[in-house]
Amino acid sequence: MKSQSRVGAWTAMVVGSLYFLIPLAATFEFSLRMRRDSYSFDAYRVVLGDPRFQASFGYSMLMAVLTIVVGVLLVVPTAYWVRLRLPKLRPVVEFITLLPLVIPAIVIVFGYLRIYNSSSILPLTGNERATDLLLVFGYVTLSLPYMYRSVDAGLASVDVRSLTEAAECLGANWPTILFKVIFPNIRSGILSGAFLTFAVVIGEFTLASLLDRPAFGPYLQLIGANRAYEPSALAIIAFVITWASMGLIQVFGSARGSARGSARDAASGPTGGPASAAAGSKP
Amino acid sequence: MTASSDIGSAEPQLLVPPVPTPTPQVRGPQESSQFLTWLGVAPFFLFALLFLILPTGFLMVGAFQDSHGHFTLANFRDLFQPGVLEAYWISFKVSAASAIGGAVIGSLLAWAAVQGRLPGWIRPTLMTFSGVASNFAGVPLAFAFICTLGRVGLVTVLLKKYVGLNLYSTGFSILSFTGLTVTYLYFQIPLMVLIVTPALDGLKREWREACDCLGGTSLQYWRYVALPVLWPSVLGATLLLFANSFGAVATAYALTGSSLNIVTILLYAQIRGDVLHNQNLGYALALGMILVTGLSNGGYIWLRARAERGRR
Repeated sequence: MKSQSRVGAWTAMVVGSLYFLIPLAATFEFSLRMRRDSYSFDAYRVVLGDPRFQASFGYSMLMAVLTIVVGVLLVVPTAYWVRLRLPKLRPVVEFITLLPLVIPAIVIVFGYLRIYNSSSILPLTGNERATDLLLVFGYVTLSLPYMYRSVDAGLASVDVRSLTEAAECLGANWPTILFKVIFPNIRSGILSGAFLTFAVVIGEFTLASLLDRPAFGPYLQLIGANRAYEPSALAIIAFVITWASMGLIQVFGSARGSARGSARDAASGPTGGPASAAAGSKP
Repeated sequence: MTASSDIGSAEPQLLVPPVPTPTPQVRGPQESSQFLTWLGVAPFFLFALLFLILPTGFLMVGAFQDSHGHFTLANFRDLFQPGVLEAYWISFKVSAASAIGGAVIGSLLAWAAVQGRLPGWIRPTLMTFSGVASNFAGVPLAFAFICTLGRVGLVTVLLKKYVGLNLYSTGFSILSFTGLTVTYLYFQIPLMVLIVTPALDGLKREWREACDCLGGTSLQYWRYVALPVLWPSVLGATLLLFANSFGAVATAYALTGSSLNIVTILLYAQIRGDVLHNQNLGYALALGMILVTGLSNGGYIWLRARAERGRR
């Protein structure tokens, strides 16, 4: 029986690995075939040299950074305050942060287009800068589950009350407590949330496409519809980016045990793509 | 709060009657701190209201209105027209197939890694890879599967060359229901692995030993011990996977363009150009999606709570 179960386990593992590795290998092989006679990295050269690639990738990077900044500034004080002063409110806040997993992104952006159209009170889709802002807020909404869970797990691992009281005794005011005491103590939780957010935002398609912004996701889709070899090169690049952000979570996550269980919960993503779970590595 | 400040203000008056003004001084700071306490969460609630609740609420209300703003249920009746119903049905089939497939294969993989007595490096490798692969979705995933199982994809070509099997003459297409399901499995399986591994960890070795000692067979162990403990976690995770693929847009859109009529792609087209020729029907379509994903997520949360209680 013992050897039997091992054969089964090995079979499952090998078949599983084949399913996961063959598409990657096939994509990589395809991306090298741009030159007719031999393998080359031409497709990558073409892609990386494409000004639209640089522009859209830069745009999405900027959106990701802004999303992380806004998300952290919104979530950290809230999660901290709820833990310290309003514990009764915690289920409510948690429920709200889970809603973006329940409501599909395409529905959320549909609502934006109706509420913030150019004839509304707050015409955020009226000009490009305002639409960028709406896109950032949309991304903050999409990443709320991941960010809140990571940060809250970080807060759970430190004694928020004692830290706050100690800081108060030493005469610190609220901004000092928040930025000089709380932030550094939950750094690993914030970083996990930040990298998860980054992975969500960088290739996001639905919001960017429907809000008509020149982001990386719509660019990928456009290239996919019109070119042969470049898409595979782009897919490999995207995979490397995903791998990098998940790797960074592991690095920062294992520095402190904090963000682990939470990121696994945050895995619960019906947002279609980037359901994420990264840090669930070692239980 | 008012009671305590009343006592606070009464006491000084009792002891030192001639001083008339301590009342506002005592009440002031307390009231403002209470106010400040709520102010601390105000930005979050304002944000949630503006960018999550109001937009969704607008669609929900719109789903119950006709084009003049009068209450009606006609939009829901119109959801049953052939094109829309078919879209829901295909979405349902793809989601169910990829959820069940992902749940079965993911559980097997997780079981192999946790209980399969494999070398120690396998488990952390699987978990890390699952973290990456469950995030590798959207447009790039579609590209990867076109390179693999598309008409000139590596696997298609190799099968034709060495096995003599022409995939596309069997009726398979990466742009079809089967193709989309196989593609979705690429993020569904890893997600299942990540969710179900902790549950498998909860199966204690002693239970298996106790079962063996009492003369139980492997089948009996699974039938009477392991499955009763595991099923809420596994079923809950399956519901989560279902919702996960039901709301997915980018992968399907990049893979099939608009050739496969699933509900997210229909909604995408509706937002772009009102293909249904009825704005309010579009809202009903969106509300229908929320209902489906909401129910399956609700089921997941309920089953997870149940599983956690069972583990204690």
